[in-house]
Amino acid sequence: MAAEAPAVKLIGGYGSPYVHRIEMALRLKGVTYELILEDLRNKSELLFKHNPVHKLVPVLLHGDRTVCESLVILEYIDEAFDGPPLLPADPYERSEARFWAQFIDQKFARPFWFSFWTGDDVDKRAFLKEAKENLTLLEAQLKGRSFFGGDTIGFLDITACALAHWLGVTEEVTGVTLVNKEELPAFCKWADGYISDETVKQCLPVRDELVAYFSARKEMYMARARATLHK
Amino acid sequence: MWASPMVIRVEWALRLKGVEYEYVDEDLANKSADLLRYNPVTKKVPVLVHDGKPIAESTIIVEYIDEAWNGGYPIMAADPYERAQARFWARYAEDKVRALYAIFSTTSEAQRKAAHEAQQCLKTLETALEGKKFFGGDAVGYVDIIVGWYAHWLPVVEEVCGVSVVTDEELPLLKAWFGRLLAVDVLKAALPDRDRLLAANKARREQVLSA
Repeated sequence: MAAEAPAVKLIGGYGSPYVHRIEMALRLKGVTYELILEDLRNKSELLFKHNPVHKLVPVLLHGDRTVCESLVILEYIDEAFDGPPLLPADPYERSEARFWAQFIDQKFARPFWFSFWTGDDVDKRAFLKEAKENLTLLEAQLKGRSFFGGDTIGFLDITACALAHWLGVTEEVTGVTLVNKEELPAFCKWADGYISDETVKQCLPVRDELVAYFSARKEMYMARARATLHK
Repeated sequence: MWASPMVIRVEWALRLKGVEYEYVDEDLANKSADLLRYNPVTKKVPVLVHDGKPIAESTIIVEYIDEAWNGGYPIMAADPYERAQARFWARYAEDKVRALYAIFSTTSEAQRKAAHEAQQCLKTLETALEGKKFFGGDAVGYVDIIVGWYAHWLPVVEEVCGVSVVTDEELPLLKAWFGRLLAVDVLKAALPDRDRLLAANKARREQVLSA
């Protein structure tokens, strides 16, 4: 008699691209999971218990195991579950995927934040330039393929999900345009391909709802950007 | 670059695997054409070039070394959950490293605050050592390679800055691990000379304070 597989639960929060990464990984692997939605303004004991170090989502619960940090969770899912691999098999290609994943997580936040959420009184040109340069560097990694993973969505595609969906939402909410098809054709094609994918659509927040969500928080984000810009 | 902890990580990984390598020293004030060609994105060291292909970012290079020479010394555990925990703590240490740098660039009250914050971060990291000789268990593993530089550099920083961070009272497990790590011959052999490191850090401290 086969042992029952340990339960998989994902602690997440609405609108988080980091949570989407994990949902995609689980779905691509064919893993059934329970999504526990946190109110991130009122975090639960469950979250504090399972992520005492960072107190952030996503957190993966797999049986009695807890895994935190989205990129760490992605690699865990790739290794712990059967199903199509998320990362390439070749060590060099794996190192490239990890490099660009780290690049996405470290090099986009600051220029994007200050490009979008600062007011008209701020000279955004340097931030926009940096943001565009980073996108151009990333775009080159597509190397003529539909996805970073090749013909199908893989580790780097799901890591870059915020660029495919949340970026456009932010442009709409703020009225600041960063991306255009002439300058970043391969990137735009990739983004369209990503959000059109059937698996992605199952766990991607609806665009209009995200627009409303960010619009409601616009003042808060702009105040935060103003405060940190002058630090 | 002789005094870079990030470079040491890569050398340790290569040496544990018994991989022969050529070490190319860079003058970071005058970067070579090779470095800029191999790492155009961040232009930093270390860069590992294997069969003509460059890999950048020390934590990523160490994983690459483990996978490319996967028959040799196991840097990562085999179990996915242990690997996840190792990656988590390596990422934690990387994120918190500025707390250590802050000690170096401050004085008086700001420095006391920085030292305390660094201690708090190290206490959290220390929990991953409980019941073990090394972060990797009985032998040196991924996290040991990533944070092992503390064992050689932190005492130098403490001496140069006149602060105590890693003490028997506050961080007993970490202090004991420092001793065990530095006793591993393969790792000890790659460390920069302590006196040279001390002199360089004293000079840099003076530079930082007079800026």
